[in-house]
This record gives sequence, C-alpha cells and structure tokens, in this order.
Amino acid sequence: MSDSAKDVLLNPLLNNNPIALQILGICSALAVTTKLSTSLIMCLALTVVIAFSNFFISMIRHHIPANIRIIVQMTIIASLVIVVDQFLKAYAYELSKQLSVFVGLIITNCIVLGRAEAFAMKNGPVLSFVDGIGNGLGYSLILIVVGTVRELFGSGTLLGYTVMPLVTEGGWYDPMGLMLLPPSAFFIIGLFIWALRSWKKEQVEKPEYQIHQVHRTEVV
Amino acid sequence: MASNDSIRKTLTVAVTLCLACSIVVASAAVLLKPRQLTNKSLDKQKNILQVAGLLDQGGNIADLYERYVEARVINLQTGEYADDIDPATFDQRKTAKDPATSTALAPTEDIAGIKRKPQYASVYLIKDNGATRYVILPISGYGLWSTLHGFIALENDLTTVYGISFYEHAETPGLGGEVDNTGWKAKWRGKKLFDPAGEPALGLIKGIVNTSAPNAEYQIDGLAGATLTGQGVSNMLQFWFSAQGYQPFLAKLNLNLEN
Repeated sequence: MSDSAKDVLLNPLLNNNPIALQILGICSALAVTTKLSTSLIMCLALTVVIAFSNFFISMIRHHIPANIRIIVQMTIIASLVIVVDQFLKAYAYELSKQLSVFVGLIITNCIVLGRAEAFAMKNGPVLSFVDGIGNGLGYSLILIVVGTVRELFGSGTLLGYTVMPLVTEGGWYDPMGLMLLPPSAFFIIGLFIWALRSWKKEQVEKPEYQIHQVHRTEVV
Repeated sequence: MASNDSIRKTLTVAVTLCLACSIVVASAAVLLKPRQLTNKSLDKQKNILQVAGLLDQGGNIADLYERYVEARVINLQTGEYADDIDPATFDQRKTAKDPATSTALAPTEDIAGIKRKPQYASVYLIKDNGATRYVILPISGYGLWSTLHGFIALENDLTTVYGISFYEHAETPGLGGEVDNTGWKAKWRGKKLFDPAGEPALGLIKGIVNTSAPNAEYQIDGLAGATLTGQGVSNMLQFWFSAQGYQPFLAKLNLNLEN
C-alpha cells in the first residue's frame, strides 16, 4: 500500500505528467505563467482543488448514479473552485487580481475532471487524495519551469526581484518581448516535452501510420 | 450498482449534493466577505497614495490615507460638490453603469470608449496642514484589449501633472502593459494638461519627446509596440479634461484655491 501510494504521488511528476505526457491543462499553463508568483498561486489553487475533488468524489463514488456522474463531479469541482477563489480574494488580493478569471477556469481544467473520472471513481478516498496531490505537483512542475523562464527572460526578474536589470531602467538586459506573450509558453512546454522524452524514451508515442516504401520493381 | 440509477436515488443524490455544496460555498462567501471588502478598499487607498507619491514615505496605508486624503463626490455637469453622497460608499463604476445616474454618450462624443458618462465622480484632495497640494482624479478609457482604469494627480495649479497610475487594465504585458512601467510614469511629472486656451492638450506622441521642442510640455513618450494603448491613454485625457469631464469642476476649484 505504501509503495503504491508513493507511486501514485510521484508518477505524475515525470513518468505520467498531466501536461507533458497527457497534454492536458495547457490553457492555464499559457495564461498565468508570465510571472512566477502568479504561477505559484495557480499551482497551489489547482493542487488544492484537484486533491479535494478527488477525495470527495471518491468518498461518494458508490452512490453516484452513472447517468449524472459528470454533473455530480462538476458540481463538486465548481464548489471547491469558488471556495478557493474566495480564499484568494481574502488572503492574496493582489495576486488574485492578476489571476482574474483563471482561478475560476480551474473548473474547466481537464486535469481535474480527468483525474476524477479516471482515478477517484475507482479508488479509495485517501489514495485518490494522494493522486490529486501528485497530479497537482506534476502540473506545478511545468508551470514553475515555464513561469521561471518567462519571467526571467521576459522581465529580467524572479518573483518580482530584479535579476537582470533592464535597459529601460538603466541596466544591461534587453528583455525578450516574446516571452511575455502566450506563444512562448508553447515553445517552452514543447522543449520540456522534448527533453523529457529524450530522457525517458518509453514516453515517445508510436507513429500512427508509416509510409510504406513501394519499390517500382515490385509493382511491375 | 443498478439501484444507484433508479429515479429516486438519482434525485436524492442530486438534491443532497446541491444542498451540501451550496452551504459550503455560501458560508465561505459570507465568512470571508469582511476581509475581502477591507482588501478592496485598502487597494484603492494604496493606489491613491501611490499616485500622490505618498507611499514611498512608508507607514500604514490606512493611517496615511486618513491623514492626507480628503475624498469628495462631485457633480460632473455643474462641477459642484455633491455633499449628499457619502464618498466612502460611492462607487463611480456602478454609477457609470446605472441608467438612472449616467448618460449614454453618442459615438462622436465617446472618444474614450466608455459608452456611458456618470453624473457623479470621486475626487481626492491631498491636503497637508490644511492646504491642498494635489488633486487626484479618476480616469478611464479603452485601450487595445481592455478599459484602463487609473488615477491622475494634478498639482494645485490644476494643470501640471504630478503623477499617473493605472490600477486595472488587461493590456499586453511588455507592450501596452508598459503603462505600469515606473520609468515611463515618471516622465509625466511636470507635464501640462491644458494649453493656454484652456483645452486639453497633453497626449502621447510617436517616439521620444524632444525636450527642446516648443510643445514638449504637452507631450509624453509613446510606448513602443503599443500604438493603440497609447492612443487610448491620449483619448481618455482628451475626454476627461474636456468640458464633458472635469473642466467644470476644475474651474470652480481654481476659484476656491485662489481665494
């Protein structure tokens, strides 16, 4: 049990990362990662939501009627997201203003519903909770990497502290404007996936079809 | 599992779940509300102090605000103080949306892209030992993606800009978002809002201001790569300091200050 709990917690980090392998939750990974601080809050919010939604859904999984199960899952997820959003507005006002709608959009984050449907409906509450934490951390890993790169090269700062003083403020670093725009996150996530799959070759998908080499002599 | 799918079970689960979730959501909202409101008003006070340059001296925001800032509500049309409205509870953005307290702007008048003009507006007088040092006026207007909301601080000659700050916008980070750049905002200090004829003249230009040019005091450096956001900022100045905006109020205030 302890072994499998450890697997459930750690597998989503690199072996089965929700963003890098399952390619879920990309939308928020683009939107909130211009700064590391907003990325961190988003990671925290998503991890809390996914862990508790897994926990509650797993608790009532034997009572959920099959034909309304998605609605039941969404209701639980949506309630948790609203509670988290309210907490952020009360305790991290500045950051919640910057995250604006994206905390609310955790409701539609595929990772949360995906884990509820794939894991919490079939496993016990504690293990589901651990799975939620694990997937939240997997998501966080990518967001922190993307957020660090984007803030460092886009604004020359990390968590708001100047690392590379900008030319416009009398320093030497000319910032890469592209890093502040959403497409840069695609490049960084793409490079991350490339690096990950070069290291863990088993994550490379098999080609869906292969162009068959036909030799003229065979046809004739 | 089959029993789970009976109509009775389905309804029971749905109703119970909705009740439980609504209780959780409602209690979170009610319990956290006081804290959220404090945050909101603190945030506004912080923005006002910041544009008046009072934040740098440090100290508790609420105390500083209490000491220096006098909030008033004005009637935009007449320029008089509307003393029957409590400035602490007055919400200018709500006022601008409510048809009872705002007027729709014709497309030709609506250069700032705000659609409706409120009848009342908040103004903040920064006082030191009884003398008015700065007047802070809220401004808003459409940029490229979003309506920018901010404050502009005028010195007590009511034409020299002391500071500007936008507290809410969703312009492109690094391009239009550079309206938040402290270096750029510092360039506003000392610029003149009105030309000798009393018309709003200040605006952003393309490129860097040539300080020896005759009109330099009415010009602000443009933001590279943010032409439309820059136009939005220029337009909102044009609108809010026209006769439609704060001109009646500034004219009355000017008389008061001179006496």
